Parts: sequence; C-alpha cells; structure tokens
Amino acid sequence: MAEFWRWTESRWTAPDKDWKKAKIITAGVDVGSVSSQAVVMVDGELYCYSNMRTGSDSPNSATNAMNWALEGTGLSLDKIQYTVGTGYGRVNVPFAQRAITEIACHGRGANFIYGPTVRTVLDMGGQDCKAIHIDEKGKVTNFLMNDKCAAGTGRGMEVFADLLGVSINEVGELSLKVEEEPPPVSSTCVVFAKSEASGLLREGWPKEKVIAAYTSAMAHRVVTLLERIGVEPDFAITGGIAKNVGVVTRLEKELHIKALIPKYDTQIAGAVGAALFARALVEKGK
Amino acid sequence: MITAGVDIGAKTIKIVIMKDGQVIGQNLVMAGYDFQESLKTAWDEVLTKTGLTLNQIDRIVATGAGKKEAGMAHDQVTEISAAARGAITLDNRVRTVIDVGAEEGRAIKIDANGKVVDFAINEKCAAGAGAFTEAMARALEVKLEELGPLSLTSTQAVAMNAQCAVFAESELVTLVHAKTLKPDMARAVHDAIADRIVSMVRRVGMENEVMLIGGVAKNVGFYESLKRELETEVIVPKDPELVSALGAALLAAGK
Repeated sequence: MAEFWRWTESRWTAPDKDWKKAKIITAGVDVGSVSSQAVVMVDGELYCYSNMRTGSDSPNSATNAMNWALEGTGLSLDKIQYTVGTGYGRVNVPFAQRAITEIACHGRGANFIYGPTVRTVLDMGGQDCKAIHIDEKGKVTNFLMNDKCAAGTGRGMEVFADLLGVSINEVGELSLKVEEEPPPVSSTCVVFAKSEASGLLREGWPKEKVIAAYTSAMAHRVVTLLERIGVEPDFAITGGIAKNVGVVTRLEKELHIKALIPKYDTQIAGAVGAALFARALVEKGK
Repeated sequence: MITAGVDIGAKTIKIVIMKDGQVIGQNLVMAGYDFQESLKTAWDEVLTKTGLTLNQIDRIVATGAGKKEAGMAHDQVTEISAAARGAITLDNRVRTVIDVGAEEGRAIKIDANGKVVDFAINEKCAAGAGAFTEAMARALEVKLEELGPLSLTSTQAVAMNAQCAVFAESELVTLVHAKTLKPDMARAVHDAIADRIVSMVRRVGMENEVMLIGGVAKNVGFYESLKRELETEVIVPKDPELVSALGAALLAAGK
C-alpha cells in the first residue's frame, strides 16, 4: 500500500563553512513523536542538519538523525563539544549532555531562523501544537499547547493524506484549488472528521473540496488556541505543518497577519534552539 | 396499543415494537452509508417478523444522533430520556446509566422514577466512544469482537499515555516494538477508554446500581476495565444496544 502520509526527509550542509576552523562545535537533537532532527552548529552558525521520521525506538532515532546529519562532512560525534536533546524523546538522546524542553528550544530556534523581531511562534508538530511568545532574545515569555488531541496537528493531516490518497507534500496545494471555500468539517476529533469526510467523498465531493473543508477546520482550531494567548507580530510558524500552504494561507487570512518566510527547513527550529543552548553552555564552561 | 421506538445511531439502527407493555419485535441493522436505505431495511425486516404494517403502529418515537432521519416517527426524544426510561424499566434499582455507543458516550444519573437528575455527554472525541476500540482493534490487527476476550488473558497492566485515538494508535506501534504482549495492549486499550468514561461518571456522581448499555457494553474487556475502575458491580442487560429504542417505544406509549 502506498503511504501517502510519508513526508520528504531532508539533509543539508552549509556550502561555505569548514568545521575544522571552528572554535566551538555543538549539536541539538530534537526527537519528536513523528520526526527527529539533528543540527550541528559551528561558532553559532548553522553547519549541517538532518530531518527524518522518528522510528518506534527513540535512542535509535536520535543516533540515526545525527549520523545522517554528519554524513559526508568528515565531522564525527567525538568532535562535537556539547549536545542538547529536546522534544518528546529528549531523555532518549544517548550522546546528549543535557535535555531542555522543546518550548524553550523552539523559542530560541525561531529567534535564530526568523530573526529577533519574532514575538509569536506557532509550532505545529506531529503530535502537538504550541503557541509561544518570545522576547527579542528568543526567551519564552508565555506559551499554550495542545498535546492531548490530534485535531490541529501534523498527524491529523497525515490521516487525511492517507484517506484521500494524496501525498502529504501536496495536500496543502490541493486544498487551495477550490473556487469557493466549502463549510469546514464539523467534527473536532480526527477520527470523527475522517468518517465525516468519507461521507462527503461518497456524496461525490472532489478531493480538493474535502481537504479544503478539513484544512479550514484545522486552521480554525489552531486560531482558537492562538487567540487564547494573543498574536503579537512578527509571527512565525515552525514544524512540519508550516510547509502546508493550505493551512498557512488560511491561518494568515483568519488572523489578518502574514507569517514570516522561512530560510531553512521549518522542522529544525527545536534542534537549532538546542544547539544554541549547547553553545551557550560551552561558553559558560558547563 | 402498539408503539415503536427507533434509535438511529452513528453505526447502527435499532427498532423495538411493543404491544401493551410487552416487546413483540426488535431489530438491529448496520446504518451503512445510506441511512434511509438501512432504515427501510430495518423496518421491512421487523414488520415481516411481527406480521404488522407500519399503519398498525399507533405511535412511533425516534431517538439517537440521527433521529431526524426517521420521517415515519410521530415524535422525537433525546438519547438521554430514552436511555433512562429503557434502563429503569429493565431494572428499577438502576440510578446510574452508562451508555457507550460508536461515536458518543453518556453518563446519566436518574431517580427512582427514572427521571433524569444529571448527565454528561462526550460526542466530540473518539477517546470515550466505541470508535476508539475499533481503531485500536485495527491497529492490533484483531477483530473487534476478539479484542474484549483477548484483554481478559492479560497478565500485566500497561499504561497508555495518549488519550487521543490517533495518538494511541502510534503508541501501540511503539508498544509492539517494545515487545509488549497483545493481551496486555488490549487491556491497556480498555483501561484507557474506561478511564474516559469513568471521569464522566464522576462528574455526574455515581450512585448504585449502575447499568451499562450501548454497543460497547458487549465488549467484555471494557466491561471488566469499567468495573475495576468504578470499584462496583455493573449490570449489563440482555441486548444492551436496544435499551434506548426500548425506552423510546415506552415513551411512545406514554410510560
């Protein structure tokens, strides 16, 4: 069976940097419930990263992500001075010296990726959704999260990609191919929304209309979370769902605010934050 | 006087026909994709069995999430009233009714006359409904009717952290990789849904006797988990899925 939910894994190395000339080499590993990222930074700059699916075994996922990030760089684990683990599986990063919560890491990472003007970060991950307020240094001032329910998470979108038989990488685009926005699906629960959507497909709704109905319901759900904490510009979205143009467009429309355009893979924000914390810890001599 | 109760749920349609206080016919069919079609089948079958025509039924009352679909009904009652009336008629000691269907869960507190004192409903989330066990049976690759008996052979309680059915599915995958035994995972599934239902029961305040109705009452694994968490005996009537249709038929007769 084709696995439509499978999103594209990625890895990257900075073309213009040499780790051998670096004074401080640190790493951040974010083991999420659905994806894992490893990021290596040299002297506070991004050197290489990987973004992979999390397996059923956290310690292996952390090691696999790190090995893939280091692939072809000549850099090895023993040259990395400090590693911080974060995410749902942060205590299961065997080579990390410390674990820091993903809230702190996402705040710090978003500040690095999107710049110091970011005040509100929406992290839409595989199995949770967080609204985070940060200051100009990326320090968390307030946050709210939903990690109890799949509505408004990447996992929910994966369920719909499978239902429709459309790749997760394409559902966002597809949801925008409707002339008029259909009424959102009425069920909150992803399980119920899926049966509702099956009914709509049987009634003859085209796929793009069904995914539009789900996407707008999902965006609305996230907006209610954001509105409880308030949205202060600049606004940035991290996590896998930040790549879904259907969700992002609807969020921007409902919130009357534009999200900043990301420079790197939006899924690495947590790991970037972790690597930056690692650097700060090296500098403090811890 | 001949009356009937029609209970149109998310997954099944139930009909009970009564004559002078006695049940003379009952039927349960899968709701399928086309409610109207299934409803017609349900009526045709039960009318044939009882040798009646629709016109001979004096009064029909509909209930259930899809009660508006029942065009032949003279009146509608809430699922709460129907469940309460059905339960108290089957056993007059009942003060707490727990109704767990495919897509809803309810806890209803009633007085000695079967009058509803308080209730709580979950219709928003699959975690406290039959849909949860269905999804978990799929994930464990066992038939739904096997899930209950399987969990009875469990020797160890395993905690499930996820509430959400979607997340619980991924958690089961992790448990499978950690070599957790299937019976223990089946028990974890029933403990998890019982936990959701019990928190609802606590909100209305439990009073003995407790009766469990709805399709999920037929799941022995859930029944055991529920008893364990409530720390009390739980009555399951014969045909637990038909209790609300029975209640509707009784209410149709003005009882």
